Amino acid sequence: MSAVLKTALPVRESPAPESLALKAEAKGLDFYYGAFKALKNLHMPVYEKKVTALIGPSGCGKSTFLRSFNRMHDLYPGNRYQGEIRMYPDNVNILAPDVDPIEVRMRISMVFQKPNPFPKTIYENVAYGMRVRNINRKSTVDEKVEKALREAALWMEVKDRLHDLAFNLSGGQQQRLCIARALATDPEMLLFDEPTSALDPIATASIEELVDELRQRVTILIVTHNMQQAARISDYTAYMYLGEIIEFGETDQIFIKPRNKQTEDYITGRFG
Amino acid sequence: MGATTTGTDLHAGKLRALRALIASHKRWDLFFASVGVLALMFGILAFVALFFDMAVDGVPRITPDFFASFPSRRAENAGILSAWVGSTLVMLVTALAAVPLGVGAGVYLEEYAPRNWMTDVIEINVTNLAGVPSIVYGLLALGLFVYQFGLGQSILTAGLTLALLILPVVIVATREAIRAIPVAIREGAYALGASKWQTTHDHIIPYSMAGILTGVIIGLARAIGETAPIITIGALTFIAFLPPPPVQATAPFVNFEWLTSPFTVMPIQMFNWTSRPEEAFQANAAAAGLVLVVMTLVMNALAIYIRYRLRRNIKW
Ligand SMILES: Nc1ncnc2c1ncn2[C@@H]1O[C@H](COP(=O)(O)OP(=O)(O)O)[C@@H](O)[C@H]1O
Ligand SMILES: [Mg+2]
Repeated sequence: MSAVLKTALPVRESPAPESLALKAEAKGLDFYYGAFKALKNLHMPVYEKKVTALIGPSGCGKSTFLRSFNRMHDLYPGNRYQGEIRMYPDNVNILAPDVDPIEVRMRISMVFQKPNPFPKTIYENVAYGMRVRNINRKSTVDEKVEKALREAALWMEVKDRLHDLAFNLSGGQQQRLCIARALATDPEMLLFDEPTSALDPIATASIEELVDELRQRVTILIVTHNMQQAARISDYTAYMYLGEIIEFGETDQIFIKPRNKQTEDYITGRFG
Repeated sequence: MGATTTGTDLHAGKLRALRALIASHKRWDLFFASVGVLALMFGILAFVALFFDMAVDGVPRITPDFFASFPSRRAENAGILSAWVGSTLVMLVTALAAVPLGVGAGVYLEEYAPRNWMTDVIEINVTNLAGVPSIVYGLLALGLFVYQFGLGQSILTAGLTLALLILPVVIVATREAIRAIPVAIREGAYALGASKWQTTHDHIIPYSMAGILTGVIIGLARAIGETAPIITIGALTFIAFLPPPPVQATAPFVNFEWLTSPFTVMPIQMFNWTSRPEEAFQANAAAAGLVLVVMTLVMNALAIYIRYRLRRNIKW
């Protein structure tokens, strides 16, 4: 076992099994970009109010899997899902053709790889999710904007310049703004696609800290190419390779006692 | 010791050969740069010479009276009042028609149109339309607007004709401006649950406004100098009255009669004067040409300014 990974492991009591509830579950999920099959028969639970990390070498399908959860692929022609992602407690297959992708995106929010604030003010960025939902009462919006910015640990830094352009923030602040934007509408689940890959180490640390706090109120699914990060912040980890889930388990187990040889090779750095 | 000397010699020889090679490559840089400067100078000098020639003839005629007088049989009394008012009103119609049509078509093609062969055919046609000779638009307008729709030889007809002419420019500018918006911004909006229309209305159109307006103004700058299609639809060459004003002091305060009024425009007035034998009319033509060039330059400057102003808040 590599020393790096051992020191990187957080000390965390194992979750009490009775507190585990399913928030979503992939069941036999296949995904096609045109004729190219990018995801192959994925099965994976996502537990409520836990952080689930997707790791694996570049191009293995992590983003493709993540973006299936909010039907992002529906934006482009030629993409096709097969199988199910069930969401609970309502037990609906969010990939079903008769489920509106907009409804899914309203329930499951997303933070992207590179911070992508709109060229608007800080305030309007956070308020946009509410505008989309026709929530326009100023007092309500004000309140929710503040709450979301506090939850994203950005309030103290921006409260005096809410009407400045979001582009004037640093990269790390922009990413926290995007998190606030995603939080402002109380999503049931939050997707992160390598949210720190464009950030410096200090900004990265603050995002990780934030994810650690957010787990108490929202279910999180996060893609990361950084194994230490997965080890530090996630409760569950899935290792993916060539469009398949090779191994899924509690993060501690995956990093200390992987059952699969391929997983072990990857996390010990012999491969990837 | 001897070995080192030959080694150094060898080294020096290699270096000399290398430098000779680089020097020969650089001669081509010099050659191309000279050709480029010549080509550039040719264009610029030709324009500057023309402009100065026109300025020398025309500037003495540019007086307040010149802008406030109707055309006249006596060159020294003639002015461009009906022409510049006509041009302005025609441009107004052109802009009001071309902006919604062009932006609508551009946004539809980029955001809504399904990707299939129909869309491809339409796209190729839009690009080709930009190359259709303007007189063909004139002919089309004569048949369609003047005879078919019965709009007459009016400001409305002229405005709509020029709107058709610049439509491809507006569509292409709109599409390019939309394509410059990063995918991540668009996905950011969709990820919050925005519908297609919300994304288009709240993000795509505002963020591409700078590019769209630039395209519109460049299109208008081209349209204001167009002569052939306007002659084809039958603009007057001599007109001594103004269209009814669009606004009035009594209710309902706006008046649309000007749309159906006969008119003339700057380039036609200019053309009319150049075809007169008298020397004095040539000076009038030069002065009108000068005004037209300045109008075009001002429009282009406006386009640059708008672009700068609107892009200030957008960094990607
Ligand atoms: N839009 C697309 N069209 C076709 N193939 C794609 C597209 N996006 C990704 N892929 C392919 O799908 C596979 C998985 O990609 P992705 O999910 O982005 O991997 P990861 O996020 O793990 O790096 C890769 O082989 C990639 O080349
Ligand atoms: Mg990825």
